[in-house]
Amino acid sequence: MNLTLRIWRQQGPDTPGEMTVYQVSGISEDMSFLEMLDTLNEELILRGERPVAFDHDCREGICGACGMVINGQAHGPERTTTCQLHMRHFNDGDTIDVEPWRAGAFPVVRDLVVDRSALDRIIGSGGYITAPTGSAPEAHATAVPKEAADLAFEHAECIGCGACVAACPNGSAMLFTAAKVVHLNVLPQGAPERASRVRNMVGAMDAEGFGGCTNTGECATACPKGIPLTGIARLNREFLRS
Amino acid sequence: MNHDDANAGEAPMSYLDYTVGAPVADTRAPAGPIEQRWDQRRFEAKLVNPANRRKHTVIVVGTGLAGGAAGATLAEQGYHVVQFCFQDSPRRAHSIAAQGGINAAKNYRNDGDSIRRLFYDTVKGGDFRARESNVHRLAQVSVEIIDQCVAQGVPFAREYGGLLDTRSFGGVQVSRTFYARGQTGQQLLLGAYQALSRQIAAGNVELHARTEMLDLIVIDGRARGIVARNLVTGEIRTHLADAVVLATGGYGNVFYLSTNAKNSNATAIWRAHRRGAYFANPCFTQIHPTCIPRSGDHQSKLTLMSESLRNDGRIWVPKAKGDTRPPGQIPEDERDYYLERIYPAFGNLVPRDIASRAAKVVCDEGRGVGPGGQGVYLDFADAIARLGRDAVEAKYGNLFEMYERITAEDPYRVPMRIYPAIHYTMGGLWVDYDLQTTIPGLFAIGEANFSDHGANRLGASALMQGLADGYFVLPPTLNDYLGRTPLPPVPDDHPQLAEVEAEVTDRLHLILAVDGDRTPDSFHRELGELLWDNCGMARDEAGLRRALARIPALREEFWRRIKVPGTGAEFNQALEKANRLVDYFELAELMCLDALHRGESCGGHFRTESATPDGEAARRDEEFSYAAAWEYTGDAPVLHKEELVFEHVHPTQRSYA
Repeated sequence: MNLTLRIWRQQGPDTPGEMTVYQVSGISEDMSFLEMLDTLNEELILRGERPVAFDHDCREGICGACGMVINGQAHGPERTTTCQLHMRHFNDGDTIDVEPWRAGAFPVVRDLVVDRSALDRIIGSGGYITAPTGSAPEAHATAVPKEAADLAFEHAECIGCGACVAACPNGSAMLFTAAKVVHLNVLPQGAPERASRVRNMVGAMDAEGFGGCTNTGECATACPKGIPLTGIARLNREFLRS
Repeated sequence: MNHDDANAGEAPMSYLDYTVGAPVADTRAPAGPIEQRWDQRRFEAKLVNPANRRKHTVIVVGTGLAGGAAGATLAEQGYHVVQFCFQDSPRRAHSIAAQGGINAAKNYRNDGDSIRRLFYDTVKGGDFRARESNVHRLAQVSVEIIDQCVAQGVPFAREYGGLLDTRSFGGVQVSRTFYARGQTGQQLLLGAYQALSRQIAAGNVELHARTEMLDLIVIDGRARGIVARNLVTGEIRTHLADAVVLATGGYGNVFYLSTNAKNSNATAIWRAHRRGAYFANPCFTQIHPTCIPRSGDHQSKLTLMSESLRNDGRIWVPKAKGDTRPPGQIPEDERDYYLERIYPAFGNLVPRDIASRAAKVVCDEGRGVGPGGQGVYLDFADAIARLGRDAVEAKYGNLFEMYERITAEDPYRVPMRIYPAIHYTMGGLWVDYDLQTTIPGLFAIGEANFSDHGANRLGASALMQGLADGYFVLPPTLNDYLGRTPLPPVPDDHPQLAEVEAEVTDRLHLILAVDGDRTPDSFHRELGELLWDNCGMARDEAGLRRALARIPALREEFWRRIKVPGTGAEFNQALEKANRLVDYFELAELMCLDALHRGESCGGHFRTESATPDGEAARRDEEFSYAAAWEYTGDAPVLHKEELVFEHVHPTQRSYA
């Protein structure tokens, strides 16, 4: 298939960017969206132009590195990561807009690459259980009800891609923060730090410049891993009880 | 580096004329009963006074299971850790993609498991090419890993009673694999990442994300730092330390198409090799039989699907060559269920290496299916008829969904197509029992070293080894090194620093200056195909010699025709790729030489010349019962053999017919 791409090109955080138009041809419907961009980049390199910069790594939907806004939607039309979006979801002759994550807390590094280190700092503020190596009791010393383990797992699946922030009209990181708070707070191992964890993580989230939550729900719709919107309700409950 | 025109088209004879140097041996494992060696070593290891630890700086490169665990643990102990990853966040290291599980000899099932049995299974699974002392320690430590991860909040699968669930994995008769659905690697890595994040926030770990190690600083024979490039600004800088730990993973991406993440690379271990660290068993690579086949030349990576599918799927190809009918139109008597035919006892459940090679054989015969004939069918029609669609969905639903997402084919209706792919490398930097390389002060942990899996790794053992090395093995041995070694400060104006920085910078300038007409990926693809054809699932002398002749020619072409736009002083992903490729060329050559010199078949290394009468891998213990540790010379390498002694597990030949 032949496509027209309008891609956001921006040299660096302090330079203005713009949408640039490219034509790509001979695109197979079996290609992933990133392989389609690879094809464009191979052509750009041969023409001596700078290829389009984008983050990517595992290309199987688990590392969370890739992510772009495709036709206005975080990760595009399917509920998956950009690397697992295939070109069969587009039509010959389509014009596709490709932009970086748009959020105040995610400055553009170059083109489609943004700086998501704010998410790491939220984790560092309390998204852990203090259990230094070697200090652990025998694993079966504390039984964990299966329901709690499953609930923890459901939230622990977050890959930290940032789609929730990009999809939110407020640029909020509530779903991301909720995913970690719920994962750790429902486990008995996480109980001792339950209150400080949620307070510190919410504080870090605000300090990083993420917006507030207005219950729009776009985050959970865009999440490629299906982190449930109810996580945010649980986060609020944890915060109030702390 | 040898890339002059004179050698184009034929292997430089000098490279094939490797010499055999003095044997290499581990001197760190204590003598005595194998069960007591690790306790003994820890007791003998020198300690560093807690108050003095903060005066020591340790560099850790990589933030996967091994690196993340090591960085967090060393920081908890009080060391100043400077840690690097090329990704934008430590949470993205490729350990995150591991699906199946992690082995541990907990014996929660009361099914006869023990440390001894895990040790035995691992030595045997590695086809008797691993060091017994190391493997026994791995089995011992496995028990502590589960405790540590549960304390961190890793959400392992649990039974209704609240206790941990386990499952069975290939090649063993006990249920010792702990798991978190199909995302065990993700959950274990996030546990390590969270522990590391705590130390970063506390100021004990100085993290350099989007920063790639490009060389090693060796001063007075000791590793004292690295040269790294900031991938955003292009700045090249030296970082000094008292010891350097490489946790940079394997080198499967040398094949271009593999199940590794796109940016996983061999540059850190290869640069260390060039500075004096021996590289052991580079030809020991593992090929996984159940991956989704490539769909065309645009393919950028391969995706693995759990091997458990072979429990219920039947593998077949058409009997006739070039049969292009859709699978549903091929009648039963025109299908060849080749694994069931050749291995009636094990059928579709033969080990990974055997299933992979058999697929290659039928595809080479022209009976492969799908685009390019590089695939075989994995058919669930019988299972669906026998168990019902619901039962099959309950067992494999998520895998079927993943397959359909990628291929747009419904595996409930048409058979899956699968093909083997590279996914793990058992070879790596040679290390002793302390995980120290042949450069004092340089340690290698996780997949980056060669130590525990011999010639073949068992399923669910990679996560075990990464965490064992990072949480439990490295910290005490590194303590010992720092406690015993006088480490005078390195002056900032030491001439070695400027020299290495200049070498790194020059190489990037050289790549940029070529301004040719081929992209980095086009070279990488060609190198990968060459390796896959000649140093892949089956290897023979003629093919390996062909590859050894072709690689220098390809490298020469690279230096004439590579094209990388932009500069080195900016975010430049094409430059990153080209720079890694320079190391892949050299590594590929050593892999082929290692494969050529090892005239036996063992584990993942199958030499067609060394087969049993029924075509199976034949080890030649009297000649090859050693680990091959190669020393870099810039010319023909020197081979140092580490003799392997088996006091506890007696070598036997495998049979599955």
